[in-house]
Amino acid sequence: MSAISARPSHAAQPSGSAFILKKALISAAVALVLFSLMIGVRTEAGPQGGLIYWTRFGDLAALVGTVFGGSIIIELLRQWWGPVDKEHIVPKPVQAAMSFAGRWLAPALLVFAFLVPVIFYNQRYILDLSILVLTYVMLGWGLNVVVGLAGLLDLGYVAFYAVGAYSYALLATNFGLSFWVCLPLAGILAAFWGVLLGFPVLRLRGDYLAIVTLAFGEIIRLVIINWQSLTGGPNGVSGIPRPTLFGIPLDNSDDGLAARLGIDFSPTHRIVFLFYLILAMALLTNWVTIRLRRLPIGRAWEALREDEVACRALGINVTTTKLTAFATGAMFGGFAGAFFATRQGFISPESFTFQESALVLAIVVLGGMGSQLGVALAALTMIGGFELFRGFDQYRMLVFGIAMVLLMIWRPRGLIGHRAPTVFLERNQAISSDLVKEGHG
Amino acid sequence: MSGDPILTVDHLMMRFGGIVAVNELSFAAERRKITALIGPNGAGKTTVFNCITGFYRPSGGAIRLTDDVGRTMQLERLGDFRITKQAKVARTFQNIRLFPGMTALENLMVAQHNALMRASGLTLLGLIGTPSWRAAEERAIELARTWLDRVGLLPRADDAAGNLAYGDQRRLEIARAMCTEPVLLCLDEPAAGLNARESGGLNELLLSIRNDQGTSILLIEHDMSVVMEISDHVVVMDYGVKIAEGTPQAVRDDPKVIAAYLGADEEEAIAVMESGT
Repeated sequence: MSAISARPSHAAQPSGSAFILKKALISAAVALVLFSLMIGVRTEAGPQGGLIYWTRFGDLAALVGTVFGGSIIIELLRQWWGPVDKEHIVPKPVQAAMSFAGRWLAPALLVFAFLVPVIFYNQRYILDLSILVLTYVMLGWGLNVVVGLAGLLDLGYVAFYAVGAYSYALLATNFGLSFWVCLPLAGILAAFWGVLLGFPVLRLRGDYLAIVTLAFGEIIRLVIINWQSLTGGPNGVSGIPRPTLFGIPLDNSDDGLAARLGIDFSPTHRIVFLFYLILAMALLTNWVTIRLRRLPIGRAWEALREDEVACRALGINVTTTKLTAFATGAMFGGFAGAFFATRQGFISPESFTFQESALVLAIVVLGGMGSQLGVALAALTMIGGFELFRGFDQYRMLVFGIAMVLLMIWRPRGLIGHRAPTVFLERNQAISSDLVKEGHG
Repeated sequence: MSGDPILTVDHLMMRFGGIVAVNELSFAAERRKITALIGPNGAGKTTVFNCITGFYRPSGGAIRLTDDVGRTMQLERLGDFRITKQAKVARTFQNIRLFPGMTALENLMVAQHNALMRASGLTLLGLIGTPSWRAAEERAIELARTWLDRVGLLPRADDAAGNLAYGDQRRLEIARAMCTEPVLLCLDEPAAGLNARESGGLNELLLSIRNDQGTSILLIEHDMSVVMEISDHVVVMDYGVKIAEGTPQAVRDDPKVIAAYLGADEEEAIAVMESGT
């Protein structure tokens, strides 16, 4: 099959120094044309309003030279690595490494996550950052159900995050309901909106589905901005109650947790509590998703991603299967939203822009669609990595973007692209990513 | 027709815009028999299949299925997935439609979706992992294992379906259809792309499905060795209408069939028909 047909084409690939030189020259020529106007000539409005310009041929030459040299290095590296094998079966060493990583990386990360508040107790910044990362891990795991398992591209996931956040904020501020009562309500409401979104998009596929979900996300945000009497419009909702440890507040009052335990009050207690709260919620999401994958509904989601027509021929109700995927994903988004509201104490529509949807989707895609560990690693990379690049100041976005591009070239199907089977008779072997479909809407 | 028909197609019409793909087609498939639907390319065979299995809604006519306990269902009114779920009609596709990124075993587990959904209490019991769910899952795996064994794919149970050889994929698709426990199995060109040895194996498999499972089979096929050897009844279509039906021998000798297959050149047609037996 294609594993066999791929080889001759690699063998036919030229590899001489003339080929490398030619390729580098072409790259350099393209760079010269591109940069001669962008870098070579600089124009500006002069003091009298006239156009003045000056040339920077030195910079131009340096850039073209870099492209030339870089092209040679890349080509040499490519030949040193050898052809990218299109083996349908994951190669043995990779499989061994993967299974080793799968066995130890996840538990190691979990243990580390539990210890974060102990290790970094006095570093508020790291604690806040870990809470943020975990929030995105949870959102990623939630969206993973829709995008990774069911293969439905959802660009409006932030809508459910917003529904969850506003559900908690409004129920708590207007009716004084506690966080623990509102949490399931926020999830149910978000799931309800998920089903509502699901209905009109059932017949849509691919790009069309993406556009409608994108619009849905925007509609929710615009409704929140404009429905001033309920949501406070652009001013948002403030004074959202902080979560309590089953009724015991975490403040410095007489019946606060610190006073009851007889220890000195510290604002860090609340941060640590929030950390474990989001950790527990994320792990619940993970556990439910892992269980669902092994249940008929989860298998039906994945089958739907693989081939919708075949699903219908097997008597699977495609409509309800899609709706349950939307609802499940939305419910986790709603939980995360409620947590976000209680953590911030203040929410406004600004927190629920398309940027957030794109970020969560990027986490899912980068992690490897359908992989729980991959999504967690991707959230850590995206959110943590973005903070790591803080030192680059205004180049932060640029460096981050380049890093993302390189990562996607290195692993086009995400950090963990292979698929683990949900049931096996004898061998639990991973399925290579080039067999697994991405879904088409 | 006499006997005990499981499927009765009655004056089936299917129009696509101005084109009449199937015109007033009537035939019956008998219980526990293998009925073949043959005809030249473009005769409308797959359209008939798509009407029976709910992928198309017929423009006219009726498709009735009488199951083994005597319930009669109007398939054209059921539509879509309900035909497999309630009327227990399963199908395979001309171009194989497996779930390539799932293992062979998983493919067969997906086929048991409806039974497993009930067993998992619409997911809730399964989420908690009650013993009743675990037992049901064990049974489902056992059924899948049985079918993998019958199509000779047990050693490849944990391999991705997309990694299997073409002939194996064909057999896996039949096994997957059988895992829905159908009363009527519709096969769209099951022997397409198989070599002589493989299609011989296919014949044995289909005969054992009919004899051991008691499943009625309706198949579209071009491979005359399959049609002539295993079918009990043959229906011949051309340009959307039925031109002949009867036993394989009777159909093979029918001049109308020969003419339809190879234009008017009967000499050549006879040669083709005979090469198949």
